[in-house]
Amino acid sequence: MRARVFVTLKPSVFDPQGRTIADALHSLGYGAVEDVRQGKYFELDLKTADASEARALAAEVADKLLANPVIESYRVEVDA
Amino acid sequence: MKFAVVVFPGSNCDEDAFHAATDVLGERAEYVWHKESSLKDADVVILPGGFAHGDYLRTGAMARFSPIMRAVEAFAADGGPVLGICNGFQILLEAGLLPGAMLRNRDLKFHCEHVHVRVEHTDTPFTRACRAGAVLRIPIAHGDGNYFADPETIARLEANRQVIFRYTDAAGLVTDAANPNGSASGIAGLCSERRNVVGLMPHPERACESALGSVDGLQIFRSAVDAINLHCVLQTA
Repeated sequence: MRARVFVTLKPSVFDPQGRTIADALHSLGYGAVEDVRQGKYFELDLKTADASEARALAAEVADKLLANPVIESYRVEVDA
Repeated sequence: MKFAVVVFPGSNCDEDAFHAATDVLGERAEYVWHKESSLKDADVVILPGGFAHGDYLRTGAMARFSPIMRAVEAFAADGGPVLGICNGFQILLEAGLLPGAMLRNRDLKFHCEHVHVRVEHTDTPFTRACRAGAVLRIPIAHGDGNYFADPETIARLEANRQVIFRYTDAAGLVTDAANPNGSASGIAGLCSERRNVVGLMPHPERACESALGSVDGLQIFRSAVDAINLHCVLQTA
């Protein structure tokens, strides 16, 4: 089963890369893009067919390594 | 006395730190590969600069799980002096031996230049030979040196006198222009609550000989030598 983990900087943490991308989009004429937050995306192929087990494992891996809780938060998706 | 210089795959300031400890200061030093589990009876541990594990994922994120880090954690818990320089500081943050995290520099540029840092407190094994308030001229070389911690943590660090180095101008004044990376409160270096673990983004090992443009970094290494020679570390731990 595949789990997807999305890691993003917490809303309270300034994201200089996202800001730069937003500025670039504005200069390209995309004034309708109000803000950009850059993050990381992971696909985990897991040896389980159980969705809740997959979700728990992905969260454990995210807590331990994929995200730094000081600055980042994450969201897990698994196939239904 | 003896320094242990931990070598991760991607460390690139290990030889500079080794050189400063041995050729410049005349002390003993030994490299310790990250897969090893012993610090080889060292008195002081240095986590050097570089790009451990390629800085993949986040700086220091994977280095903290290297086997040698179990020994470094035990050494630090025992009151042993640990110095993290640049990437070594980032590893200490990821390992939770120091609080906070590093963000990308606010201007997204890699900064490689001499900066000034003010020594805020001298009661650590790496600043005891410095004068309080002294302004050191030491180079930085990093892309992720923008120190971040939540406001409560910053307040606690200030109250506990754990901010050891702060970016200033040449006169020792904290200004936004003198802050090269956007670090909260101009923080360039920190110590642990017990004060034996110190991390800083500037590279003192690159400022230990006049041929390198500055000898100010020598004070940090000399402090460690003094601390061990005077056996004061165990007393303060």
